[in-house]
Amino acid sequence: MADTQIRASADALLRAPASARGPRDPAAIIRWTLLAMGAIVMVMPIVYMLSASFKYPYEMYNLNIIPKEPTAENYAYVLSDGRFYRWFANSFFVATCTTVSAVFFDALVGYALCKFRFRGRLIVFIAILSTLMIPTEMLVIPWYLMSRSFGWLDTYWGIMFPGMMTAFGTFLMKQFFETVPDDFLEAARIDGLNEFQIWWSVALPMVTPALSALAIFIFLGNWTAFIWPLIVTNSQELYTLPVGLTTFSVEQTVDWELIMTGAALATIPTLIVFLIFQRYIIRGIAMAGLKG
Amino acid sequence: MKAIRTLTLAATTSLAAMLSAGAVSAVEIEYWQYIFDARITAMDKLIANFEAANPGITVKQSTFPYADYRTKVAAAIPAGEGPDVVQLFYGWLNDYVQADLIQPLPESTFPAARIEAEFFPMVQAMKIDGKYMALPTAVRSLALFYNTKLFAEAGVTAPPATLAEMVEIAQKITKKDGAGNITLEGITSGMTAQDHQWFREVLLRQFGAVPYTDDYRTVTYNTPEGVAALEFYTSLEQTLGVTSSTFMDEPQAAFKAGRAGMHIDGSFRIGALKDTRGLEWGVAELPAGPDGTQSNYASYWVNAITTKAQGEKYDAAVKFMDYITSDEAMQIWLDTVGELPAKPSAALTDANIADPVFGPFIKGLGYGHATIFADESGQRQVLVDAVSRIFLQGQSAADSLAQAAAAEQALLDSYYAK
Amino acid sequence: MKFYRNLSISQKQVVWAWGFLALPVLFYVVIRFYPTADAIVLSFQKWNMLGIRQWAGFDNYIKLYNDPVFWKVFRNTFVYLILGTPASLVISFAIAYHLDKVRFLHSTLRALYFLPFLTSTVAMAWVWRWFYQPVPIGLFNNFIASLGFQQIAFLNSTTNALPSILLPAIWAGLGFQIIIFMAGLRAIPTSFYEAARIDGVSNWTILREITLPLLKPTIVFLVVFSSISFLRIFDQVFNMTTNNPGGPLDSTKPLVLMIYQTAFSSFDMGYAAAQTVVLFSILLIVSLLQLYLMRDR
Repeated sequence: MADTQIRASADALLRAPASARGPRDPAAIIRWTLLAMGAIVMVMPIVYMLSASFKYPYEMYNLNIIPKEPTAENYAYVLSDGRFYRWFANSFFVATCTTVSAVFFDALVGYALCKFRFRGRLIVFIAILSTLMIPTEMLVIPWYLMSRSFGWLDTYWGIMFPGMMTAFGTFLMKQFFETVPDDFLEAARIDGLNEFQIWWSVALPMVTPALSALAIFIFLGNWTAFIWPLIVTNSQELYTLPVGLTTFSVEQTVDWELIMTGAALATIPTLIVFLIFQRYIIRGIAMAGLKG
Repeated sequence: MKAIRTLTLAATTSLAAMLSAGAVSAVEIEYWQYIFDARITAMDKLIANFEAANPGITVKQSTFPYADYRTKVAAAIPAGEGPDVVQLFYGWLNDYVQADLIQPLPESTFPAARIEAEFFPMVQAMKIDGKYMALPTAVRSLALFYNTKLFAEAGVTAPPATLAEMVEIAQKITKKDGAGNITLEGITSGMTAQDHQWFREVLLRQFGAVPYTDDYRTVTYNTPEGVAALEFYTSLEQTLGVTSSTFMDEPQAAFKAGRAGMHIDGSFRIGALKDTRGLEWGVAELPAGPDGTQSNYASYWVNAITTKAQGEKYDAAVKFMDYITSDEAMQIWLDTVGELPAKPSAALTDANIADPVFGPFIKGLGYGHATIFADESGQRQVLVDAVSRIFLQGQSAADSLAQAAAAEQALLDSYYAK
Repeated sequence: MKFYRNLSISQKQVVWAWGFLALPVLFYVVIRFYPTADAIVLSFQKWNMLGIRQWAGFDNYIKLYNDPVFWKVFRNTFVYLILGTPASLVISFAIAYHLDKVRFLHSTLRALYFLPFLTSTVAMAWVWRWFYQPVPIGLFNNFIASLGFQQIAFLNSTTNALPSILLPAIWAGLGFQIIIFMAGLRAIPTSFYEAARIDGVSNWTILREITLPLLKPTIVFLVVFSSISFLRIFDQVFNMTTNNPGGPLDSTKPLVLMIYQTAFSSFDMGYAAAQTVVLFSILLIVSLLQLYLMRDR
C-alpha cells in the first residue's frame, strides 16, 4: 500500500465517515442505538470502579451507580498516606525517562536499519525483532543477578534499564521511516548536513505522529509495569505506583472500596493522557495497524 | 516534539527533587519484614526504644508486600543485598541455614540453656547442630472469633465448646435469600485462608487421625479417621449449608463486614478487627472434637542475623536481636500486633490469660502443634485442591484425600531428596 | 577526519550506521541476549536460588513431559488463544464495520470503545473479580439473583472460570482492534464499493467479496498480535485468582503463571527456565507462521 494512502486513511479516521444514507433511515437508527448500548457496556466496569471509590463500605455492594451518600473519604484515606505522592512521582519519573530514551533510540535504530545499506543489517534487524518473542518472565532472574553485580539494585536506573530501548518501537519506527522519501535525505546530504543532522532535523520531523504514538505506548506500558519494579526495589521510597498500591491489600485483607480507589487513582492519569493526546493515539494506532 | 520537550523538562525537575540524600550515621543496620501495618508500627516502636538506648546505632526498616516477601528475601540475600537482621517464617529456616545465608546466634548472648528455659518448647526447632539460628519475638495460634451481635440475635448465649455445638449455632445464624443463596454465613470457610491449618493440625487429630510422622516428612492422614475429618469439613458447605467458601471472596472479609457468625483465624487478625467500626466480637478457644480432644496450630516468625552482617554491623545486629527478643519487646508486640509472647514468662501472666481476647489464643498455645512445612504454599494447595475436587467434580472424600496424601507425599519427598 | 573524508559515500554510510547502532547493539546483547542465554543454560541446571547451580542434563525437560499439571496448563494456554483470538476479532470487526457507517457522535462512541485499552490491567482485574463474586457482593450475581435466578459460580468453577477470566482480557484489547479495523476499512478505496453498488450487489456480498479480502493484511496483523498476547496472558489470571492462583484445580492456569509459580513460590529455577524455553518455542512458531502468512503482501 502506498504511504500517502496510509497517511490519508489514518487521517480520515479522525473525521466522521461520510454517511451513505440519510440519518432518518430506520436501519441507521437501530445501528446507532446498538452501538451506543455496546459503548455503554464497554465503559461500565470503569464507571463502577469510579462509583465504588466514592461509596462507603456499606454501600459497596449495591447496584446503584450514583452513591446515595457520596464520600471522598476513601480518597482522603489513600492520599493521606504521604508515600502515595512519592510513588506517583516515581512512576512519572521512571515512565518519562524510559519514554524519552526508548523513543530516541528506537527512532535511531529504526532509521539506521531502514535507510542505511550495510552488511549485517538484516541480522541486526532479525536479532532485535526476535527479542519480541522472549517473555519478560524469562529475564527477570538474570536481570536481578546482573543488577546485583553492577550495583543497580534499589536505584531508579535499576527500575528503568530493561525498558531503555524496545524492539516493538524499533520495528514500528523502521516501518515509518520507509514513508520518508530518500530524495529528501539526498537533498539534505547535498546541503552538507551530516547523517545525524539529517536524521534529527529532516527525517524525525516527518514521522512525528509515529513518535508521539510510540511515546504514549511506552509511557503507558511503564506506568503500569509491576513485576520488575517490585523485584528490583527494596525501599518504599523507590516504589512505583502499581507496586505501592499492593501495600493497600495487606496480608489476606481485601477492602474493596479502597482497592477501587487505588485502581481509580492509577487509571485517571492515563485517561487524562488519552483525552489530551486522543488524536495522536488514534492516528498512531491506525498507522501502526496499516503498516505492521 | 514539543510534548517530548515538556516531558524532558518535567523529568529533569523531578530528578532534581529526588537527589536529596540524607546524612549517614555511624552504624546503620537494615531490618526486613513483610507489610502488615500493626507489625510495622510495633517494629517502629522497638527501633525507637533501641536507638534511644544505643545512640551509635540506627536501624532502617524495609518492608515488602506479603505475597512477594519470600521472593524478595530469597533473591536479595544471596545477592549480598538487603538486611542484616531478617524476619523469616519458621518453616523456611532449613533452606537459609543450608544456603549459608544466616549465621548462628552467639552463645555468649544467647546461651542455648537459657533459651530452652525461657522460650516455649516449639522454639527448639530453631536449634541446628546445637546452635540456635533464630529466635521469635512472638508466636501465633488459632482461635474462634464470633460476632456477639449475631449470636444475640440468634439467641445464642455462649460460644461453642465443641464441634457439634459449633454446627448447631452456625445453623441458627445462617440466612439465605429466596433463591437459596447464603446472605449471612454461620461460619466462614476457605482452605485458601487458615482452614488448611485448622484441618491439618486440629480437625484431623480430633477425628482420631495423625497428620504426619513426628519429623513431618511422611503423610499419615490417609486413613478412615482422616476421611471422617474431611467429610466433616466439607459437610459444613455441602450438606449443612452453613458456609460457602467463595462467600465475599475471603473468609475474614465476611466476618469483618458482619456477614458471618463465626470465623477461625490467627491471633494476627486481632489488630485488624479491633479497628473495624460497628463490629462487636468475642474470641473463644477452638471447639473440641467429638471425643473432647483439643488441638491447635501454632506458628511463628523468627528473626535471624544474616551472613551479610560483619564487624561492627554484626555487633549492632546482636544487640538488636537481644532487644527484640526481650520481655519488654514481647509485651510491646502483644499490645500492638496482638501476637503472643514467645516466652511463657511474658505470655502466661495472669493478666494475659484472663484477657478476653488474648486468653483463648494463649490457652491454645498449650496444646498447639507447629507443622514443619517443606513448602507451605504447595502443601496448602494440596488441601485446596482436595476440597475443590469434592465440591466441583463430585469426587468422594476418600478418593480425594487419598489423592491429596499422594500429592503431598510427592512434594515432601522431592523437597527432602535435595 | 582525513580517513573519514577519503571514504566513499557507501563506506561513510557503514560508519554512520554502526555509529547509530553501537550503543543499541550493546544494550540488546547485554540486556536481552545474555539473560536469554543464561535462562536457557539454567533450564539444564538445578538451582533453588539459594545454593549453587548444578548441572541436571535434560532432567527439567523430562520432568516437564511427565508433569500432568504442565499438560493441563499447556491446554489452557491454547484454550485462551483459540477462544480469545476469534472472539475478539469477530466482535471488534462487527463494531468497527458498523461504527464506520455512523456519523452522529462518532468520535465519542469511538472514544468510549477505546477507553478500556487505557486502563491498568491489574486495577481492572480487581474490578472484574469484584463483579464475579457470589451474592451478596458480586455485581453480576446480585443482578441475576434480583431477577430470581440461581446465581452462577463464575470463578469457582472448573468450566466457567477460564472464560470468565478471558472476558476482561478481550474487553481490554477490543478498543485497539476496533481502531485498527476502522483504519483498514478506510484504506479501501470507495471506488470499489461504488462499482459494486452500480452492479446492484448486496451488502453481504460486498462484505464477503470486497471488504474482507482487502482487509487481509489487517486481519493477519491482528491475528498475530492478539495470538501472542493471549499466549502470554498472566496479569488477569494472577490478579483474579490470587487466593488460589490459576485455580480452581489449575483450570485457569496459563503457562506464564506456571513459570512464575515455579520460580517464585517453589524456587525451582531450573524447572521454571525449562518452562520459559517451551513458551519461547511456542511464540517462535507462532511468529514464524506470521512471516509465512505475510509473505504474499
